[in-house]
Amino acid sequence: MHPTRLISKLLIALALLIAVAPGAFAQDVESLVSALPEGDYSDREKVIFDLAATGDERVAGLLNALGEGDLYVREEDGRVIVGKRSGRNYTLTDALTGEELGTAPSSALEKIRVNNRLRRAVRSAIGQLTLMSPSPSVRLRAARSLLRNADPDSLELLDTALAAETDPQVKTMMETARAGIIVKTDAGIEEKVAAIDLLAARGDREALAMLTGARSSAAPELQPVIERGIAGIERELAMWDGLQNVWYGLSLGSVLLLAAIGLAITFGVMGVINMAHGEIVMLGAYTTFAVQQVIRTSFPGLFDYSLAIALPLAFLVTALVGIAIERGIIRWLYGRPLETLLATWGLSLILQQTVRTIFGPNNREVGNPSWMSGAFDLAGLSITWNRLWIIVFALVVFAVLLAVLNRTPLGLQMRAVTQNRRMASSMGIRTPWVDAMTFGLGSGIAGMAGVALSQIDNVSPNLGQSYIIDSFMVVVFGGVGNLWGTLVGALTLGVANKFLEPYAGAVLAKIFILVFIILFIQRRPRGLFALKGRAVDA
Amino acid sequence: MSTRFTRRAVLAAALAGSVSLSAGISYAQEETIKVGVLHSLSGTMAISETTLKDTMLFLIDEQNKKGGLLGKKLEAVVVDPASDWPLFAEKARELISVDEVAAVFGCWTSVSRKSVLPVFEELNSILFYPVQYEGEESQRNVFYTGAAPNQQAIPAVDYLMNEEGVERWVLAGTDYVYPRTTNKILEQYLMDKGVAAEDIMINYTPFSHSDWQTIVSDIKAFGSAGKKTAVVSTINGDANVPFYKELANQGIAAEDIPVVAFSVGEEELAGIDTEPLVGHLAAWNYFQSVDTPENEEFIAKWREFIGDEDRVTNDPMEAHVVGFNLWVQAVEKAGTTDTDAVLDAIIGLETPNLTGGIAKMLPNHHITKPVLIGEIQDDGQFEVVWETEEVVPGDAWSDFLPESKMIEADWTAPISCGNYNTETKSCGGAS
Repeated sequence: MHPTRLISKLLIALALLIAVAPGAFAQDVESLVSALPEGDYSDREKVIFDLAATGDERVAGLLNALGEGDLYVREEDGRVIVGKRSGRNYTLTDALTGEELGTAPSSALEKIRVNNRLRRAVRSAIGQLTLMSPSPSVRLRAARSLLRNADPDSLELLDTALAAETDPQVKTMMETARAGIIVKTDAGIEEKVAAIDLLAARGDREALAMLTGARSSAAPELQPVIERGIAGIERELAMWDGLQNVWYGLSLGSVLLLAAIGLAITFGVMGVINMAHGEIVMLGAYTTFAVQQVIRTSFPGLFDYSLAIALPLAFLVTALVGIAIERGIIRWLYGRPLETLLATWGLSLILQQTVRTIFGPNNREVGNPSWMSGAFDLAGLSITWNRLWIIVFALVVFAVLLAVLNRTPLGLQMRAVTQNRRMASSMGIRTPWVDAMTFGLGSGIAGMAGVALSQIDNVSPNLGQSYIIDSFMVVVFGGVGNLWGTLVGALTLGVANKFLEPYAGAVLAKIFILVFIILFIQRRPRGLFALKGRAVDA
Repeated sequence: MSTRFTRRAVLAAALAGSVSLSAGISYAQEETIKVGVLHSLSGTMAISETTLKDTMLFLIDEQNKKGGLLGKKLEAVVVDPASDWPLFAEKARELISVDEVAAVFGCWTSVSRKSVLPVFEELNSILFYPVQYEGEESQRNVFYTGAAPNQQAIPAVDYLMNEEGVERWVLAGTDYVYPRTTNKILEQYLMDKGVAAEDIMINYTPFSHSDWQTIVSDIKAFGSAGKKTAVVSTINGDANVPFYKELANQGIAAEDIPVVAFSVGEEELAGIDTEPLVGHLAAWNYFQSVDTPENEEFIAKWREFIGDEDRVTNDPMEAHVVGFNLWVQAVEKAGTTDTDAVLDAIIGLETPNLTGGIAKMLPNHHITKPVLIGEIQDDGQFEVVWETEEVVPGDAWSDFLPESKMIEADWTAPISCGNYNTETKSCGGAS
């Protein structure tokens, strides 16, 4: 099968000379590989299919590298190699044999370009090549990629693989992929009906897409079967849509809760209108960035723990900033809300511009650790990991804060001071110290919120601005001075927003929520859970 | 006698004064030619505009190294309009009447440009505007060195239609004038191409929108109709990062539903991990990765000037490079920085752009540009996958909107009009 070395070299030369040479030489992997960099995207696509057709097991790795954009041509000898970036240089290995070839700077390499069309071709080719792989997870991925591409040419291969398949999960995936292909081919009516039923039973968006795609070209007698299948899937999806919306709402609510919970302390408990609250959240996010930066340069192995390291640091940094703000500015302004508002607003501008000067005006990249990336399916719901962890985190922070306020001496003193400052002072509580600690606690929690928000939003000097209004909205709506109010307020606003959004659009939904809160505050000026008692009325 | 003496003294004093005053002016003119830089250095837009301020300082520095202009040194006058639209007008007035700059390079958002337009018209000065915008405008005192819709949006849609076979379209944008106008043009264009109304989904979000869960899942649902779907994004600024993060998390790969963006460049990508975004597209007239000697030289000099080996370049920067070079040429040709002379001299001038083509100033105050479609790579750069063979002339008034189809802009005699109606043969055809 393989020609001698001399002939192969001649073939490579020939292939290079006439750019692309499928056909006569199509079976020779080496010559195909060296033809890969030549020609335009459609030439390259053809080479990919020819490579897949050789069935050579080395091709899968090569195509994988191509799809990832790691395939290069070495400029000195035109050899096709795999290059992995390490620092400023690339570590090179031979594309087929995997032989180590040392390192080279990027200027010595020319990348083999891929676009979406080629990536699709690569995906389907790898699917075909790895369908008989010994590992079930590789076979599952292969079957999935065949399902996504549904190329009638791979039917025969799929049938062979299906006959040999033992793993039930992979088998189901292969059967679905087969059904997806069958509805496209000119198979018999009965076979098609069976395929349609199989797809309809799968009941997800992919199946819906395949059935809708098949509808236009289907024979008239198949139309009602397809219609029925589509209607069934749509009914099921509509049911899950409601639940999915609740989930989105809870997730938005948890973000609001995180942003507002620090403010629930500084504004809610202490009564300080702190316009710099958003900037403290931002400082927390920048702490995460700084931590990740150190980890990236010095301890790359710790990246997955970066958030765990950033959390206490962010708390510490922002709590100290908070205490400094309280001692330096706010304590001179107690009982003068207007001056506090102006002073903290000015402070927010100062903090923003300071961060802008130190870190630059651009967004900073805060990476998601692997356990916060991607999504998983829970029945008909699609749940993204980062949102799930943020909900968990928000609830944990809430619970811890509640425990601190209700179960610790500091919490007791805080409540005493806010409810009746003079009496607390007479009982021997150092009220200035408690004020500073309370403000520090509120700020520290805002900083921790910043760590979480860095996972879903921009880390830029403007980060805080977008949350300050929402935070005040939640605290005022929930009831000033009541943590439970903040929780219920945040979740209610989140869910309400998400149910309005599909009908009214994101812009109108936001406006409706604002109008609703204005009207609500007219009826209940103290919010959902109003504090009662003499101290409040005074 | 005494009165005569006094009168003579006053006359002499006045004469001396006027002489010294005019001497002062001519002395100042000999010193430098002032160039205004009107970009926000604080507030929301600082993220994009600060780089453009640095670009202008860099260009002026380079020009001075070459010996300046008309034998004089150039001097940058930098002001900070702080992302505050009315302040843009105030600062523009300050630049023109107090600092007496010869030309101003500035603005980013359309609303800031609209707010300075009356000032430039009233005080008769020159503005170079470097950002891609919605078109439907041509003003005597403004040169638009960014892309008009026909130099960005339309070719991008053509690419998706022809190369990727897209049949279903999501037009997603931030809720303000640029996305709304661009989407109006695109919707009309798609309809003209035979796309059915139910195959177009239009969605607007507020500035800095950060919760994209619902919209991304809507896009996913819209894309599962058995037809190839693509998203055309005019989402601006801060909202892009959470949008792309959500796309990646919900597993929307570029091979399945590609997103082509008109406002996402190298600078914006600097804040995102681009690994899961490989293959999503952007349409611009310049990419840092373009492999030409001009570009290589520009990047090297720019990095040396800024003192950062990893600093990226982007499309609006190139627009400033082209605009600045055209202005320098026009001043040299006119032999003066006088506004009217420069306005006349600049039309028809040509300068090489950084992508290996020629940028020519057209009578409608737009320039010729190549259109490049790039795919996002895992290193945060774009790789060009398609480009126009020829440079495309900028069209101020879209040919795809019925209300502006018959409007042309031509600032040369005999028309000399920014909105000339070719049907009624009169100036003032629209707005």
